[in-house]
Amino acid sequence: MKTTPAVGTPLSRIEGKQKVTGTARYAADYNVPGLLHGYVVNSPITKGRIVQVDTIPALAVEGVVEVLTHKNRPGLAWFDLQYTDMDAPPGTVFKPLHNADILYNGQPVALVVATSFETARYAATLIRFVWEEEPFDTCLQNHPEKARPAKKGFATALRPPPPKPTGNFEAAFANAAFTVDADYRHSTEHHNPIELFATTTIYEGNGKLTIYDKTQGTINNQLFVANVFGLHYKNVQVLAPFVGGAFGSGLRPQYQLFLCVMAALHLKRNVRVVLDRKQMFSLGHRPQSLQNLRFGADATGKLTAMSHLAVSETSQFEDYTEQVVAWSHKLYPAPNTLFDFKVVPLHLNTPIDMRAPGGCTGMHAIECAMDELAYRIGIDPLQLRLLNYSETDPSTGKPFTSKALKTCYLRAATQFDWFKRDGRPGVTTRGNKLVGYGMATGIWDAYQFPARVEAIITAEGKLVVHNATTDIGTGTLTVMTQIAADAMGLPVAAVTFEYGDSKKPFSMFQGGSAITASTGSAIMVTAEVLKKKLLKKAQSIPNSPLKNAGMEEVIFTNGTIRLRQTPRQAVSFKQIIAANNGKPIKTTRMGMPHAIKLRKYTKATHSACFVEVEVDKDLKTITVTRAITAVAAGKIINPKTARSQISGSMVWGISKALHEETILDEHLGKYINTNLGEYHIPVHADINTLEVIFAEEEDTLINELGSKGVGEIGLVAMPAAIANAVFHATGKRVNKLPIHFDELL
Amino acid sequence: MTNISFTVNGQPRTVTVAPWVSLLDALREHLHLTGTKKGCDHGQCGACTVLCEDKRILSCLTLAVMKNGRSITTIEGIADGEKLHPLQQAFIDHDAFQCGYCTPGQLCSAIGMLHEGKARTREEVKELMSGNLCRCGANVGIIDAIMQVKETYSHE
Repeated sequence: MKTTPAVGTPLSRIEGKQKVTGTARYAADYNVPGLLHGYVVNSPITKGRIVQVDTIPALAVEGVVEVLTHKNRPGLAWFDLQYTDMDAPPGTVFKPLHNADILYNGQPVALVVATSFETARYAATLIRFVWEEEPFDTCLQNHPEKARPAKKGFATALRPPPPKPTGNFEAAFANAAFTVDADYRHSTEHHNPIELFATTTIYEGNGKLTIYDKTQGTINNQLFVANVFGLHYKNVQVLAPFVGGAFGSGLRPQYQLFLCVMAALHLKRNVRVVLDRKQMFSLGHRPQSLQNLRFGADATGKLTAMSHLAVSETSQFEDYTEQVVAWSHKLYPAPNTLFDFKVVPLHLNTPIDMRAPGGCTGMHAIECAMDELAYRIGIDPLQLRLLNYSETDPSTGKPFTSKALKTCYLRAATQFDWFKRDGRPGVTTRGNKLVGYGMATGIWDAYQFPARVEAIITAEGKLVVHNATTDIGTGTLTVMTQIAADAMGLPVAAVTFEYGDSKKPFSMFQGGSAITASTGSAIMVTAEVLKKKLLKKAQSIPNSPLKNAGMEEVIFTNGTIRLRQTPRQAVSFKQIIAANNGKPIKTTRMGMPHAIKLRKYTKATHSACFVEVEVDKDLKTITVTRAITAVAAGKIINPKTARSQISGSMVWGISKALHEETILDEHLGKYINTNLGEYHIPVHADINTLEVIFAEEEDTLINELGSKGVGEIGLVAMPAAIANAVFHATGKRVNKLPIHFDELL
Repeated sequence: MTNISFTVNGQPRTVTVAPWVSLLDALREHLHLTGTKKGCDHGQCGACTVLCEDKRILSCLTLAVMKNGRSITTIEGIADGEKLHPLQQAFIDHDAFQCGYCTPGQLCSAIGMLHEGKARTREEVKELMSGNLCRCGANVGIIDAIMQVKETYSHE
């Protein structure tokens, strides 16, 4: 009789059938009548201005409807603030086709609109620009003197400036028994979801637009469009029921949305704009970075001094920042610390968050420095972590809401057979391969955003839940359905979660591993209110067996409310709705982070990663043959989709450590490997055994669910674990990512 | 403009397209079969993989006019009505996708690869599926799903 709990079960993705049959529709998959196709033209120069633009040859092509440039674009909002968005860094947001100025290579400078995609693409080659080029700088290493603290603004709340120094770092470092002083360098990376950025705008007339957009935030983009184009927000509906990956690139409204909407309003027609792969490298990126770490330990291996200095790039118009340097002190207690984070403004587009922004940058350096320190001291790298383990947050002295990192270390190490390894570098071999074992720690914030949820019990006694969030492949639809089913005492089959629509109640963008905690907790809060409403209505039924029963005296199970003591006495949801004259019963509530209570705690997910690599003795090619990640993230709602999140981000870890990098030509000021043939991400042949462990972690404080996010934590530890394994295999420390085989020759 | 008559998912279809229109764009824009995905338009990602007769091809590197008179199967034609192809079911069971965007290409490619009959081991399957990129990192699930179906097939 009792509904089996759905939370904690490995339910297959609810939208799975749509995804394997090709019926799942993404932003470019809506074929509407009279659709026009837009093709974007991008600047080939890096800095300067457009002196002249001739669109006549392009307009002469049969099928071309319009060419929009800064010269003839329609009038738009006047104030910079109207172009801002929920994820905009401090500064002045970039405005496409605003004027003749070129701020970065690849900046959109024109949109050709035609009756077919091929015509628009061809006509785009006929536009003649005269450019005036100015000197530029895109090289981070050349300009350490330009590094300055980042400006503060609205977005600083989620990415605070570096922590203040403690104690006397320089003195402590000078007196340390063992020290490490190392520099780390990271290349630029681009998100490259396989889905090209696309927007289909349906012109409904009367100032109304229906927009299918590739985004991580339907409401973020709805408000952006309304503000920029002077429309009432209620007349702008942004839909993103399926999103073909985004990894951060969809956190801000991208320029194809702006250009598509502009063309649709200008022409009063339905318009689609799809970017090509090269243009996908002009949407923002993970910034190049330079880091210096100095760690000192006493004779017993206890850390006494930690310094972490990072310099990262940003654009000339916005100060993009990441949380790079704060992590070591959330893990390891050291009385003397020095942290700094600075930006160098370059003539590039503003970077944008990319999976585990800052965390996977900083933790690579921190965990490689820890490995190096362990070898200096002559103890096992895991032993060094355990020696410096802290149950409380060393940076604040506050307790964690939960922290099962030690369980992660021990379970993963045991499963990996870590303790059997020969710690000496370069001595373990397998045929013609050098074998290396490395480990690292991961930590990531456990965010929760406010979210609003509407929950409805229908005439059939079923539950429909509404929220504006997207599901970018994370499993949000499935996970929310499970949470809602258990919250209302219904089987999963009786629950529908409707999402990906700006008309639904509020959700922030889907980022920071926060949506399960945000929308999930809001569902819990809303369900409690809805249950009370249902009970009250049930009690109003003549001769109701639930009369006078309080909430604690009843249970909600399988679509009925039953008395806890005498479960045969029950009223079904259907009966309740019938008593309500067949009208659905609904409620809408906001779920909020418990900000005041949680001020006394630090919230974080943790992980431990163990990696085996093989390095060819002659060619020095590197293969990750086996990797285990143990994760502590509170309650795991769906072990199947959560496992995919972790193993997927482990693939990202392999990619970051060994494969992916956007190469910037500092003389041309542009990225030169802007295609998937030359921007390397792992293929199937690069991926071997990946194992995922979820450590038991009960968290009664964090939120209504006791759950933290799993979207990013799987990536954080992996690059350092791989780099440490490469050292163990070869005896060489390569502190630059990605590690290329030639650096081992 | 050129008339092309071919069989798509078992149905005779005719489209009138310019000679430079790719098979991918003809399927998506003219036949409204949007299950086949565009990820690079350069033959580098595999998202646009379809079957021509039993052979896997990249529809972005194929002009529609080249397939006049031929038989094309897209992701929309893989299931038998409501009954999923065993590989489609295996993809769901093994959680062989996250965002789902590369999935149509992975499935068509895997069906073509199994038909080629060249891959014997897991390593060979991985190698011969390496033209299909998955950015979500669902690689392990994808290969697990293919291996499960491959074994069932070879036992028959």
